[in-house]
Amino acid sequence: MDGATQMTREMTGARMVVQALKDQGVDTVFGYPGGAVLPIYDELFQQNDIRHILVRHEQGAVHAAEGYARSTGRVGVALVTSGPGATNAVTGLTDALLDSIPIVVLTGQVPTFMIGSDAFQEADTIGITRPCTKANWLVKETDKLAQTLHEAFHVARSGRPGPVLIDIPKDVQFATGLYTQRADHVSRYQPKRQPDPAMIEAIVDAMETSARPVFYTGGGVINSGPEATRLLRELVAATGFPITSTLMGLGAYPASGPQWLGMLGMHGLYEANMAMHGCDLMLNIGARFDDRITGRLDAFSPGSRKAHIDIDPSSINKVVRVDFPVVADVADALRAILDLWTARGRRLNASGLAAWQQQVAQWRARKCLTYTPSQTTIKPQYALERLEALTRGMDRYICTEVGQHQMWAAQFLGFEDPNRWMTSGGLGTMGYGFPASIGVQLAHPDSLVINVAGEASWLMNMQEMGTAVQYRLPVKQFILNNERLGMVRQWQQLLHGERYSQSWSEALPDFVKLAEAFGAKGILCKDPKDLDDAIMEMLAYDGPVIFDCLVEKHENCFPMIPSGKPHNEMLLGEASTEGAIQAGGAVLV
Amino acid sequence: MALNIASGSTSHSAYNLRSTYSEVVERHTLAIIVDNEPGVLARVIGLFSGRGYNIESLTVAETDHAGHLSRITIVTAGTPQIIDQIEAQLGRIVQVREVHDLSAEGPAVERELALLKVAGTGDHRVEALRLADVFRARVVDSTLSSFVFEITGTPEKVDAFADLMRPLGLQEIARTGVAALSRGARTA
Repeated sequence: MDGATQMTREMTGARMVVQALKDQGVDTVFGYPGGAVLPIYDELFQQNDIRHILVRHEQGAVHAAEGYARSTGRVGVALVTSGPGATNAVTGLTDALLDSIPIVVLTGQVPTFMIGSDAFQEADTIGITRPCTKANWLVKETDKLAQTLHEAFHVARSGRPGPVLIDIPKDVQFATGLYTQRADHVSRYQPKRQPDPAMIEAIVDAMETSARPVFYTGGGVINSGPEATRLLRELVAATGFPITSTLMGLGAYPASGPQWLGMLGMHGLYEANMAMHGCDLMLNIGARFDDRITGRLDAFSPGSRKAHIDIDPSSINKVVRVDFPVVADVADALRAILDLWTARGRRLNASGLAAWQQQVAQWRARKCLTYTPSQTTIKPQYALERLEALTRGMDRYICTEVGQHQMWAAQFLGFEDPNRWMTSGGLGTMGYGFPASIGVQLAHPDSLVINVAGEASWLMNMQEMGTAVQYRLPVKQFILNNERLGMVRQWQQLLHGERYSQSWSEALPDFVKLAEAFGAKGILCKDPKDLDDAIMEMLAYDGPVIFDCLVEKHENCFPMIPSGKPHNEMLLGEASTEGAIQAGGAVLV
Repeated sequence: MALNIASGSTSHSAYNLRSTYSEVVERHTLAIIVDNEPGVLARVIGLFSGRGYNIESLTVAETDHAGHLSRITIVTAGTPQIIDQIEAQLGRIVQVREVHDLSAEGPAVERELALLKVAGTGDHRVEALRLADVFRARVVDSTLSSFVFEITGTPEKVDAFADLMRPLGLQEIARTGVAALSRGARTA
């Protein structure tokens, strides 16, 4: 064999897909077969290197791939058919786009000569998914399939990660072509990574003199990888600057760390939001000034100079103007800052910092997560406190759905490491957590995987119980059941005159029987006295569990920055909500 | 265009309902060099529609066949912050190779071609032909009762010529949109 034939081999498009996945190191694919992907499924059948996980709905496949990706730092893969298979994947793609999660979604398509004829199960997948992918490709020639697959993985994981999609017509899967190996694929897409030294110097200047600095970190730290986390921890420890994080960034700095302020934002901790409001230097590392973080923009951290490290230039100055923009990978930027600051003698404004830390301690002393305990009903906060107490230190991964339970989980569970917290931040996708927990469990078969859920969110993708049972995945579905759409109900109470329009569920299933119907275990708990035993029973069971935790139905999630208010006007509890309620036509979140 | 939002009602939404930055809107001409692949133009246009940016004019054609490159010229309008955002958002599209703000990077020449059909007889016809001469428009089609003029120039010149032709029997106008290059030896 000469060199050229060694580098390329002739095979069918369907085999190329499987070969490229192997070349890319993929061990798990989440999918659902259908007419337009049958040749690929036929190839999957004839090999053992790649495990295919049969989900029960294509949305579940994409969220599972997201869970796999977020918990491993690798690219997640989903495989679905044309038409409805592709359209069902759209929510997951959008979710991954907003949270910058690297996934590759492969869709079947009708044969090339039928495209545009409104064929059976035909949809304009490329058109539909263009706004919800980082890039997408329709492959019309088998010869181009392999390089497109390699390019897709490269684009998904490079720069700001994100979802990509490849649409593969059925005739392209059947036809033969030349396979290009991963090593032979050269991509032109190489986002800038190295920080501007002048800007790093300006940031170090500011750090040396700042009296009230704060680190504001986000998902970009976790996406950057373990080195970014290590450097962040080193920098925080060396400077002593307090650190807060977005929902997406939890775990990059340990919750047990001395400088930890807790999560910031709409339901963030008082000390975190006050520090953001009162700081004189804000170091934004891999976060994006989301509207749930900033509150009212013209009152957002009015007295601070702001640095922003982001690998995506479009994140910089998008909503908040910053003084020190750095377009770079977080790890590279943190290393540059640490190196320069160290070379200049690790100077700090010691007296200013001491006063700032005193101030932070006073804010902490407000104990903003305090809630009214109950002897008779399970408070959702209590349920999470007990879950935390009984699982702390375990090899634990947490997923969530979206709503009050998600915010309480972020507030009451402690995350010590990155990639251990999977939640739908940007899109706020109810129904994310359960399939995500399946993806996480498959990537970490021996770890404890808990999905903290609300009953309404959980029901949105409950069909995945079939998947969990089929693959014996011991995912724990910890449902805080208030028989309400709790966050909607909270907004209606506080902002819409207590008119609870459509925010409760009248016909909930018996979750214990539901679990049993699927062949899983169900646990019902409604008395706080039984909670610890019930949680221990859940943890001890080797298999999927639905834990139906009946909680207080009208509990509100605090602290809360009321809409249109700055960070320093938080509501800390029920008493402080009086007067914050205003009548009039409202624009709901 | 501002929505009529009652004062106080913004406190009912977590979104910032009023724009924080109200600044002067500027007109910018962007040159975008892209891989000549299917769907790239749709992605560029989708960016503008999806994020609420403005397109005043758009031209696109392959400019380097061997290199599979196309050049998209977009005239847009927005505050300086919006213009920066547009450039950054364009820049992150995987198939976009270069984005140049010709309005910001130095002097540039902008040209647009238009075809105008003017119908009429008698004095109007004579006046149309005389004005066409003043504007250096060429007659590319003629009947006893109509002309088609071809005019090349800045959009403002095309506008001015069209305004003059309107009372003289302007029937139809077709415009190519702006093509632009920076002045001097530097490229893009």
